[in-house]
Amino acid sequence: MPRATLDNLDALREQAEQGHAAYRAMLMVCAGTGCVSAKSLPIRDLLREEIDRRGLGSAIKVVATGCNGFCAHGPICVVEPEGVFYERLVASAVPELIESHFVKGKPLEKFLYRKNGKERPIPLEKDIEFFAKQQCLALRNRGKIDPEDIADAIRAGAYRGIHKILEQGTEGDAIVAQIIRSGIRGRGGGGFPTGLKWKTCLEAAQRRAVRPFVVCNADEGDPGAFMDRSIVEADPHAVLEGMLIGARAVGATEGFVYIRLEYPLALERLRKAIAEARAWGLLGKGILGTDMEFDVRIHQGAGAFVCGESTALMASMEGRPGEPRAKYVHTVEYGYRNQPTVLNNVETWANIPQIILRGPEWFASIGTGDVSESPWSGSSGTKVFSLVGNVRNSGLVEVPMGITLREIVFDIGGGIPDGRTFKAVQTGGPSGGCLPASKLDLPVDFDTLVEAGSMMGSGGMIVMDDRTCMVDVARYFVDFLCDESCGKCTPCREGLVNLREVLTRITRGEGRESDLNLLEDLGAVLADGSLCGLGQTAANPVLSTLRNFREEYEAHIHDRRCPAGICKELVRYSIAFECTGCGACVKVCPTNAIAGEPKNLHLIDEVLCIKCGTCMDVCTFDAVKVR
Amino acid sequence: MGCAVCQDMLEVDAIVDGWGADDEFVIEMLQGVQGRFRYLPQAALERISERTGADMGRLYHIATFFKAFSLEPRGEIAIQVCTGTACHVQGSARVLDAFSRELDVKPGKSTSDLKFSLDGVRCLGCCGLAPVVTIGSELIGGVDSSKVARLLKKHGRSAAGSTRKTAKAGAEEGANA
Repeated sequence: MPRATLDNLDALREQAEQGHAAYRAMLMVCAGTGCVSAKSLPIRDLLREEIDRRGLGSAIKVVATGCNGFCAHGPICVVEPEGVFYERLVASAVPELIESHFVKGKPLEKFLYRKNGKERPIPLEKDIEFFAKQQCLALRNRGKIDPEDIADAIRAGAYRGIHKILEQGTEGDAIVAQIIRSGIRGRGGGGFPTGLKWKTCLEAAQRRAVRPFVVCNADEGDPGAFMDRSIVEADPHAVLEGMLIGARAVGATEGFVYIRLEYPLALERLRKAIAEARAWGLLGKGILGTDMEFDVRIHQGAGAFVCGESTALMASMEGRPGEPRAKYVHTVEYGYRNQPTVLNNVETWANIPQIILRGPEWFASIGTGDVSESPWSGSSGTKVFSLVGNVRNSGLVEVPMGITLREIVFDIGGGIPDGRTFKAVQTGGPSGGCLPASKLDLPVDFDTLVEAGSMMGSGGMIVMDDRTCMVDVARYFVDFLCDESCGKCTPCREGLVNLREVLTRITRGEGRESDLNLLEDLGAVLADGSLCGLGQTAANPVLSTLRNFREEYEAHIHDRRCPAGICKELVRYSIAFECTGCGACVKVCPTNAIAGEPKNLHLIDEVLCIKCGTCMDVCTFDAVKVR
Repeated sequence: MGCAVCQDMLEVDAIVDGWGADDEFVIEMLQGVQGRFRYLPQAALERISERTGADMGRLYHIATFFKAFSLEPRGEIAIQVCTGTACHVQGSARVLDAFSRELDVKPGKSTSDLKFSLDGVRCLGCCGLAPVVTIGSELIGGVDSSKVARLLKKHGRSAAGSTRKTAKAGAEEGANA
C-alpha cells in the first residue's frame, strides 16, 4: 500500500500505466446498475474463465467499469485500446467472442451495434451516433477505469488537480478566483455560480473564524435522472478530488457525501473509494505528504425528495427530519451545525479537478456566452443528461452547453422508436416543464431553458411520443410532489392537494370550464407563497403543459376525450382486424373479458374489461386499440 | 444465549455502536434497524432514544417522515415498482396495478402472510431499462403487465389469477369515451 506524496504521484501513475500497457487488450465490461441488472457480472466472470482457459490471462485483462452510458443496449463490453463496442452480450457467446476477436482477429459481428438494429454493423464506439456528439468531462473516465481500484484511477490522472494546487501552494482566494473565471454553474439544476458560492463561504468562515464544511449532494431525487448515480459508480475519485480542492479553497477539514438510499451500488463504491483514498494518504491527515487535513464521511438519505434542498439536506445530516427552513440566511453562511457550508452536486464536484488541471479558460471556452466578466453571463462547460423515455437510444449523455434539443433527441437519441411522432421533451424534473416540438431548436443552457418555461434541472430529459397524455404527465408530477411535500408550509401542502384534485377530475372526464383558470391561480399562489424551491416551482409542469398543450386539456374538458388514449376513465379497449386469433390475450386477461375462436377475430367484453392493458402488452400484432 | 428479545436488543445495540451512539446518525441507525427487522419495533426506538439521547418524538417524526421506514412489519420480499417519469411514460402504472391485482394487496402494504410487500417507489435511476421493478435485491428491466404473474411465480408465488371485479366498475364509465 504506497502512500501518495507530492513527489511520487507521477511515479505511481507511470507505474500503473506500465502495468496497464503490459496487456495486449482490455475488455471493459460495464458494471453500472443497468448492465448489472442485465446480467453483465456473470459475463465478466465467464470472459475471465475463457481467457484463462486459453492461456491469454497475461495478455488480456477483463475490467469491470462504471456505467458506459448506453444502458438500453446492455450488457456492454468495449475492447480497448481499439474501442470495439459489443452490445447485448449473452453468456453463451463468450467463447465464440474470444475465439473470433482474439484468435482470428475479427470482431464478432453478431454483437456489434447496428443503427435501428438492422443496418451495417458499426464496430467502433466512437463512430456510433449515440457517442459521436458527446464531449465527456465529468464522465471522462466512464468505461475507462475500474472504479474499485484507486491505482487505476491514478493511472487515468486522478488527484493531479489537488497535486497541482498543493505543489504550487495555491491559496484559497486564488482557487476561488479560478473557479469563478471558469464560469462553472451548479449542476444540480439551479445554476448558481459555484465560484461565487465558495467565495461567500470563504469570507463567512474568515469573518467568523470558524471551520466551514464541504458537502456533496448525491441525493438525486428527480425522477428520470441518474447522472449522479452513474458518476459515483464510474468515477468516485473524481468526486472526492473535487471535494479536496473545495476543502482547500474554503479551509475545511471535514466533508460529507449525502447519498440516496436507493443507490446501493454507488454507496458501496463510494465507501471503497474513501477507504482506499485514506490508505493511500489522499484523505485524512497529511494529504500527499503535506500538512493538509481533510476527511470525508457518508450520510445516507432515507427516501425524501425534499432532502435535495440545501436546508432540508442539512437538517437530515444532523439527524433531524428533512424539513426546509426559510433561507433569509443561506446555508453557505449558516449551514451544517450552523457553520458555513459549501454544498455542491456530484457533477459539479466531478468537474472541479479538470478546471484546476487544464485551467479555467479552457473550461470557459466550452459552452455558451462569455463568462470572462461574470459567471452569470453564460453557461460554460458540458452538462450530463439522462436521455430517457420514448427515445431510441436511451442512456447517459454528456454534451457541451449550447447544443440544441433536436441534436440531443434526434442525433444522439436516434429519434422516436416504433414509428411514433415526437410530442414533448420534459426537462428539469418536477420543477421543470414540457417543451413542444416548436422549441426543439433552442440551445440547451441554463438561461434559455428558463426563458422557454422550463429549466435545466439536474439533467433528466424525458422524451415523450404521441401516446403520452400531457394532462396525465402534469398530474403525475403533482402527484409525486404531493407525496414528497414535507407539509411544513400551507401553500405547498394544501395547494398541491388541490392541484391534484383538479387534475384528477380532468383526467376522469369531470373537468369544468373554470378549471384551467383555477389551475393557473393555484400555480401562482404556490410560486409566491411556498417556503422552499419544491413548492415554489411545483406548478411548473402544470403551467408549462397548459401553455404548450392547452388543446389536450380542452379535449378532456369539452369532449370528455383523451387524445393520447391514456386516461383510463376516458378510453375503451377494442380489438381490430390485425388480430390473428392467436389467443395470447385470452390467456393473460385477468377478468376473462376476451373471447374468440382460435385463428378468428377476438372481441373484448367492455363490461368485464378493467382496462389494465395487459392484452395490449402481449399482442405482437398491434391489434389491441385504445380510443 | 438468552431470550429472543434480549438477542434483538443486542443487535440494536450493535447497530447503535456502529454509529458511535452519536445522535447525528440516528437516521442511519433507524435504517440499520429497518434493514434487520423489516420495520421499526417500538422497543428498538426506545433503546435508540435511551442510548443516543434523541427524544422519542423526534424518532417518530423521522420514522414517519422518510419513506424508508415502516412502523408495521413489511414483507420478506420487497417488490418495488419504479414510478419515475421514464417508467411512467412507458406504462409503469399498469405494472403496479398488475402486481396489486396478482398479490391482492394495495401498494404500500404487505401480503397477509408477510411474504411480499408492494410499493410504487420513486425513480430507481435505471431509466434506460424502463419500466423497472425490483424484487428483493434483483432488478428487472422492461417489465410489462403481462410478465407480472411469471415473475411472481419465479419467486414462489402461485398465480392468483384474481378475477375479482374491482370496485371501480370501469366498464360503465368506459361507455362515455
